[in-house]
Amino acid sequence: MIIVLLISILFFGGVLAWLAEIIDPRLPRLVALLAVILDFLVMLTLLGADADGAWLVSFTADWIARFGITIYFAVDGLSLLLILLTAFLGVIAVGSAWTEITERTGFFYFNLLWTLAGVVGVFTALDLFLFFFFWEVMLIPMYFIIAIWGHENKQYAAMKFFIFTQVSGLLMLIAILVMAYLHYSQFGAFSFRYEDLLNVETSGALGYWLMLGFFVGFATKLPSVPFHSWLPDAHSQAPTAGSVILAGILLKTGAYGLIRFTVPLFPEAAMEFAPIAMTLAAISIVYCAKVAFGQDDLKRLIAYTSVSHMGFVTLGVFAWNEQALQGAIMTMLAHGLSAAALFMLAGGLQHRIHTRSMAAMGGFWAQVPRMSVVALFFSIAALGMPGLGNFVGEFLALLGAFQANITLTTISALGLVLASVYSLWVIQKVFHGAFTGDSDQQGQLLDLDRREMCYFILMMLGLIWMGLYPQSFLALSEPVLDGLLSSSSELFAALGRG
Amino acid sequence: MLDLIWLLPTFPLLGFLILVLSSGQLSKKVVALVGAGSIGLSFLVAALIAVEFLNSGAEFYSMTAWTWMSVGQFTPGFTFYLDGLSLVMMLIITGVGFLIHLYSTGFMIDDPSYSRFFSYMNLFVASMLMLVLADNLVLLYLGWEGVGLCSYLLIGFWYDNPANGAAARKAFVVTRVGDTSMALGLFLLFAQLGTLNIQDLMGAAEANWTSGSGVAVAAALLLLGGAVGKSAQLPLQTWLPDAMAGPTPISALIHAATMVTAGVYLIARTHILFELAPTVQLLVAWIGLATLLMAGFTAMTQHDIKRILAYSTISQIGYMFLGLGVGAWSASVFHLMTHAFFKALLFLGAGTVILSLHHEHDIFKMGGKRKQLPVAFYSFLIGSLALAAFPFTSGFFSKDEILLGALALEGPGTWLWLGGVVGAFFTGIYSFRLVFVVFFGESQAHHDDKEVAGWNMAGPLFILMVLSLLGGFIHIPVESVFNHGEAHEEHHVSGLIHGIMIAVPLLGILVAYLFYGGRQLSADKLMANPLAAALHKFWFSHWGMDALYNTLFVRPFVYLAKLNRLDIIDQCYGLVVTLSRAGHGLLAKLQNGMLGWYAASLIFGLVLLMTLGVLL
Repeated sequence: MIIVLLISILFFGGVLAWLAEIIDPRLPRLVALLAVILDFLVMLTLLGADADGAWLVSFTADWIARFGITIYFAVDGLSLLLILLTAFLGVIAVGSAWTEITERTGFFYFNLLWTLAGVVGVFTALDLFLFFFFWEVMLIPMYFIIAIWGHENKQYAAMKFFIFTQVSGLLMLIAILVMAYLHYSQFGAFSFRYEDLLNVETSGALGYWLMLGFFVGFATKLPSVPFHSWLPDAHSQAPTAGSVILAGILLKTGAYGLIRFTVPLFPEAAMEFAPIAMTLAAISIVYCAKVAFGQDDLKRLIAYTSVSHMGFVTLGVFAWNEQALQGAIMTMLAHGLSAAALFMLAGGLQHRIHTRSMAAMGGFWAQVPRMSVVALFFSIAALGMPGLGNFVGEFLALLGAFQANITLTTISALGLVLASVYSLWVIQKVFHGAFTGDSDQQGQLLDLDRREMCYFILMMLGLIWMGLYPQSFLALSEPVLDGLLSSSSELFAALGRG
Repeated sequence: MLDLIWLLPTFPLLGFLILVLSSGQLSKKVVALVGAGSIGLSFLVAALIAVEFLNSGAEFYSMTAWTWMSVGQFTPGFTFYLDGLSLVMMLIITGVGFLIHLYSTGFMIDDPSYSRFFSYMNLFVASMLMLVLADNLVLLYLGWEGVGLCSYLLIGFWYDNPANGAAARKAFVVTRVGDTSMALGLFLLFAQLGTLNIQDLMGAAEANWTSGSGVAVAAALLLLGGAVGKSAQLPLQTWLPDAMAGPTPISALIHAATMVTAGVYLIARTHILFELAPTVQLLVAWIGLATLLMAGFTAMTQHDIKRILAYSTISQIGYMFLGLGVGAWSASVFHLMTHAFFKALLFLGAGTVILSLHHEHDIFKMGGKRKQLPVAFYSFLIGSLALAAFPFTSGFFSKDEILLGALALEGPGTWLWLGGVVGAFFTGIYSFRLVFVVFFGESQAHHDDKEVAGWNMAGPLFILMVLSLLGGFIHIPVESVFNHGEAHEEHHVSGLIHGIMIAVPLLGILVAYLFYGGRQLSADKLMANPLAAALHKFWFSHWGMDALYNTLFVRPFVYLAKLNRLDIIDQCYGLVVTLSRAGHGLLAKLQNGMLGWYAASLIFGLVLLMTLGVLL
């Protein structure tokens, strides 16, 4: 029931926010903030929940009985971590939109909250039909956010985002329907329930194709090379809050899908596919780091680094051992914070100097010392400095991946070098050096105010916590991964004997 | 007392936090007190711990603050490990570190970013202490990356000048190449042996791997990659000379006394692994020799006072690598310590020169400064004597031990020894070339200000002078760390060998005197020879390595990145769009409203379908 509550708060909060605009255009942001904070608090109560079987809590209700479609939600440690991240970044996103969004505020916060609701649904739905429903729910409001409140080229970016996710989503839908049908042919009834589908026999060529359907759906969202090119456009055009949600949370639904569905539903096919997936991961890491370095648009640059960092997630997932998976999950969480913060900084700069072009930036350190320190912190985090969360994620992912594939891990490790190249380049270009803006801008650039500092400090503390005591997070996902790994290892053992 | 070891990195870390959180609001006095005081406290605790540890007679002491992460078998902790080796290191870091901090309170006093400077310095010391006190390689890696970060921040401390930023980035990226190699080494070790705790790892390696086995060689090579990056050895040494862009106390602390010796520490710490890979160990010696000779040649050609010292540092670390490579572990650590004394002295002395002469770096624009800058003069005189291994100075004992270690090695030992002796000859030349040019000869009139050296700057210099002179008599308690590795039989060497090792540096000093002191010989005349001039140019550019790397790596990378700015993969999707638009245009043209066209295409289509039907 509590999961339904979580989603309802966001759904109805969204409707309320829309209506609140009638009273005062500044009211929706308050409604949105309260709704997200309330949601976060409700989620915290789940931390104390006792595991009921595999799930901490679950909820089932009938929906379309004829096709075995149910309303089935459940939360385990993995989904709990991710919905906590969702609500946390939800708060941050509302904060970052606080003064930036001034037009049609009601509809904006409606879309924002519905996106979040969709994401929470994706992380908790365990009926695949329901899952797909939420997958679409989070997409459409996001489309509006980009298309209405975006920047100069917003229509193009929004459409590109929509087509990429929609086409890849279609492949996934087909795969889901075939899975339900396979369940029908093997067990005599349709079912979309996760546990039921886990029992479906998926070996052979059909399984491989179905796995690919899921993989493409999730890899586009992640995104991984070669399905990544919607992301730089979407990010550079989206308003700051949109970027925060996109980079911080939406990308993680792809990673979640790989861990939750792609590999467990098709263990054999996924293992057969693993070398290809890991190759794509290594290419993502190195190639996108290089492309990032070539960018002049600050947001595009950060977008490409996101693709690069998400490569570590793909690498970790398909290495499929405990260190690698924990690394993938930690990377998701840490990158959620660091990328969101970097996009907010880029958004903040754009808000102040009305350009994203780094050629027009330089020497801002003396002008905006607080912002510079914050930017330095998150750049350092992004390049994998030990003591901060991103290091734990990437180190574990590589440590695990090394046991699976030495060559690809070595190539991926080059990403550590390239990350330092582009991160330090940004610091140099934007903050160091001599002041290059218009001389009348000098001294007029506003430093971060108290509200902005507030949420940057929250995110910094989060990354330091993840970096120094990641155990709080690892402990939540550990039982989930143990379950996944033991069932797959049984299967591999059985295969070995067969 | 030993259980207070966690305080060592904590004091500087607190200092860092106080300075950062106060965001420049504190007065310079308070900043100095916090900045230098935190290191002073750490040194005090380190000294007390050292006394207690040595009295206890224990081989090691370890304490866990908390478990960092626990993922399956992988359970690195925030665990501190103290033995003779880390004891020496922590005393050097906090001791020399404190002196340099104290000196900096005077040196940096006019800088507007006083607080930022000390915050970075404190963070550096905290990281460096983590590095040497870590009981596992992951925690060591934390310190390792932390010092790299601080090095980056401090090289680029005066950020308005893009050249400083470029030097800082170069230092970080080049060392990161080494760090990545080291990270891969960690992955390999964990995959093979299932732990990254250093002591367990060494035990497991000894138990499971035979000498010279492929894994041992690979693991040692990967760690060596990290060591050559951090310690500025061939082929990754190019970043260190540029790193001199930072304030001079930074060069003393980070780029001479402590951080750059981290690679030496790493190899000494994992020496069992290197003994299991004899080829790699010998490679360490050859890398050391090649680096020390290359840097020696270059040091003789430089004009910038700090760059001379930088190449000298590269060269002296080369000696340490040579010592490690021939298994003279404790000799290398000994040289690490004495080098920290005399090189810190030289850099701080250079700082006094530079500050007093309004940021003049070119030694040929100084001259005759003996009277004007007495403190700096004696710093340089004593520091250079120790550097050149003048008999009974600290550098003499440590270099002697390394060279004797090389000689004791069978096979290539004699060659390594000979190379080291030649290097000592160069050391004599370049160190006293500097002394004669700066402090003797004719004075350049346009700098005649008084020497800037308050008590907080002169005091540390005096202490370092004493240590540089007498540091050779300090006994470092590392026998128990290296006991099974070291060849203990006293190697009897003839008086002739000793005579050579004493005479060669003196000969170097004499040559320097003849060229730059008494001026009996002229460097200018030598330069008239085109071959000599060409060689000089080549050595001056440090054997063209920067140009080589620029051509091989930097330019192609930048070129490709610019070339592919639009992302070729995205362009492919653009192609899909273009094709579908073209298709759309084509089909739209067919909708032209002309009945004849429609009828014709109808018939054509019908015929086509019928033909297909017949054919298939």
